[in-house]
Amino acid sequence: MHFEIDDDQRDLIEGVRDFCDKRFPIQVARAFGATGGFDRAAWRDLAALGVLAMTAGEGDGGLAMPVADAGLVFGELGRALVPGPLIACHLAAGLVDGVAEGTTVAAAVDLTGAARGGPGPLLVEHLRDADVLLALDTTGVRVLRTAEVDHEVLHDPFDPTTPVSLVRELPDGDLAAGPEQAARLLRLGSVLTSSLLAGNADRTTRLAVDYAKQREQFGRPVGSFQAVKHLLADMFVRAEVSRAAVDAAAVAIDEEEPVGDDPSATVNRAAASARVLAGRAALDNARSCIQVHGGMGFTWEVDAHLYLKRAWILSTSFGSVDLAAEAVADHVALES
Amino acid sequence: MHLRDSPPDHAFRTALRGWLADTLPSLPPAPAPDDWPARRAYDARWQRLLFEAGYAGIHWPREFGGRGASPTEQLVFLEETALAGAPDTDLNFVALLHAGPTLIMEGTREQQQFHLPRILRGESVWCQGFSEPGAGSDLASLRTRAVRDGDHYVVTGQKIWTSGAEIADYCELLVRTDPDAPKHQGISWLILPMATPGVEVRPLRTMQGGRDFAELFLDRVRVRVPAANLVGAENDGWRVAMVTFGFERGTAFVREMLDARRLVVEVAQLVRSRPPGSGLGWDDAGLRREIGVVAAELDALWALTKRNVSRAQDGPVPVAGGSAFKLFYGEARHHLGDVVMRVLDRAALSAGDVAGLPNSRLVDAMTHGYAVNIAAGTTQIQRNIVAERVLGLPKER
Repeated sequence: MHFEIDDDQRDLIEGVRDFCDKRFPIQVARAFGATGGFDRAAWRDLAALGVLAMTAGEGDGGLAMPVADAGLVFGELGRALVPGPLIACHLAAGLVDGVAEGTTVAAAVDLTGAARGGPGPLLVEHLRDADVLLALDTTGVRVLRTAEVDHEVLHDPFDPTTPVSLVRELPDGDLAAGPEQAARLLRLGSVLTSSLLAGNADRTTRLAVDYAKQREQFGRPVGSFQAVKHLLADMFVRAEVSRAAVDAAAVAIDEEEPVGDDPSATVNRAAASARVLAGRAALDNARSCIQVHGGMGFTWEVDAHLYLKRAWILSTSFGSVDLAAEAVADHVALES
Repeated sequence: MHLRDSPPDHAFRTALRGWLADTLPSLPPAPAPDDWPARRAYDARWQRLLFEAGYAGIHWPREFGGRGASPTEQLVFLEETALAGAPDTDLNFVALLHAGPTLIMEGTREQQQFHLPRILRGESVWCQGFSEPGAGSDLASLRTRAVRDGDHYVVTGQKIWTSGAEIADYCELLVRTDPDAPKHQGISWLILPMATPGVEVRPLRTMQGGRDFAELFLDRVRVRVPAANLVGAENDGWRVAMVTFGFERGTAFVREMLDARRLVVEVAQLVRSRPPGSGLGWDDAGLRREIGVVAAELDALWALTKRNVSRAQDGPVPVAGGSAFKLFYGEARHHLGDVVMRVLDRAALSAGDVAGLPNSRLVDAMTHGYAVNIAAGTTQIQRNIVAERVLGLPKER
């Protein structure tokens, strides 16, 4: 057992971080939501890093890298608030030509789970910029051409960095993969989304800590007050714990089996636990981040709200905290 | 990054599992919590069995009679003993995890040769005399005085939260030897034999009803402690008390955290045994979600433990990981307590077993969270530590 990032993984993380600093500064995310804001050249550069093809099999044109590595990379993408259909394209990379290279763009919709079959409207992220739509449910994966999907791009998405479309009707489309592959991709999508959330939670911690160190009131940095310090310490703890949970889920996928008699290493349970932790950490930390920023935290200009809104969108994507909690409970109930 | 056992860890796990399967059936039933002599005999027997099997002092260096196990082997030990329902260290906790390591690092040869074998064989029980009524979170403000008188120290003062004092043989005692020095620099570490005339022990009843703690009164008559019982240099006791953290791999609460995971399973089974429609059965999504959240939190703490231990392969756990564990575990324990009480509902009007329900354990699990959030550094002190030492925020004053 060695449950810590190694030197290669550290290099990988730093490489992605450097790339995001240069190619995806926060202004790119801010511009992303506007009509025509999707920067295809930047997207191809991201794809050139291998980010989208990391876990697809070599036979499908992928790099066949461990999910643990992909999880670390997606943690960085989450920290940097990189916009675009990251998860959808990662899942589509082994199924649809050109996605791994960034020349074809995929959106995705998860049709499983109570929330999806429910009475609400069918809203899909990134369909505006996508060439194809991946529709996943328990029966399999269908690939639809966006032009064939009756939809409307909404003018006022909750997260200004995530364009959203209302889908009026979803055609049947062709089955591109069966139920087993669909289950695998749904789980992968859930864990990588959790990784984005954990990265989001880590970033809001840093933003709040930095602000608390430089913002002065009553003649001293507000970060010297215990009332603020304790908010920040709790943010740090949530980020640390959720990172460990997400990494454990990713490793569980790679190792495909529980360690010893450890029930939490069961792949599905680990993925569900990771979502509970990462979803809550991102939302709670974003809330504290805005609070620590005071009035400025409520402005459009300060980035804090972008992390909150992204966290909320992600927390509903490929699972939810509530459904994940129920899934964990069901696993617990099966233990003797 | 991987979670699989290395071949040596796997071999260690297999051998340990076999030994536990052979050994545990021979143990008598666990004694009642308030029967201190019986608890001492039970724990001594278990420690002797560990000693004979080569598992005593698992993280102690070999040259001092320990097993010299790697951090991952230590974790396997905690995991397997928890899974098997083996006894916890309990009354031997202070000796094995604190006093022994302190003597290994700072004791004289004579102190080591006398005490360490007795600790490993389960023959001597230690308690901790650190906190005082006036020195809690601000431990360094302690005021128990020790004045040198020939080849003895004369000690006067009062200690509190001393678990196991009724049956302990020795106490690791922090005393003030220089009242004029800055508070961290006038403290010394003494071995106090509990049989010393003048040591008065008064049990302190906790909110759980048991006598888990005691107060030590060292001020009724002159308590004389041989100067040879000084560990480390005079006035260097604060540093001596801190060196044991070099032994700490963030695993102090791991055994009880693993036991808490078993408890969640038990709670889930209780809920599943109930008829639907009662609001307390498995058909209640709210209850399932609460149970799932607590289980997920404990899963995550187990993952964090593995991370901390992996980071501690070459030394102590960084403060970040240790404090993160402690803070999150405290929160998870309160969530567990809330779930337990909600599941028991009005059955929790009884703190004792009732109508086939194991309330004596379950209700204790509810109140235990209050201990976790105060012991070994309150939640508030831990947050200050994280904020100042990990996040680099300025001190309040």
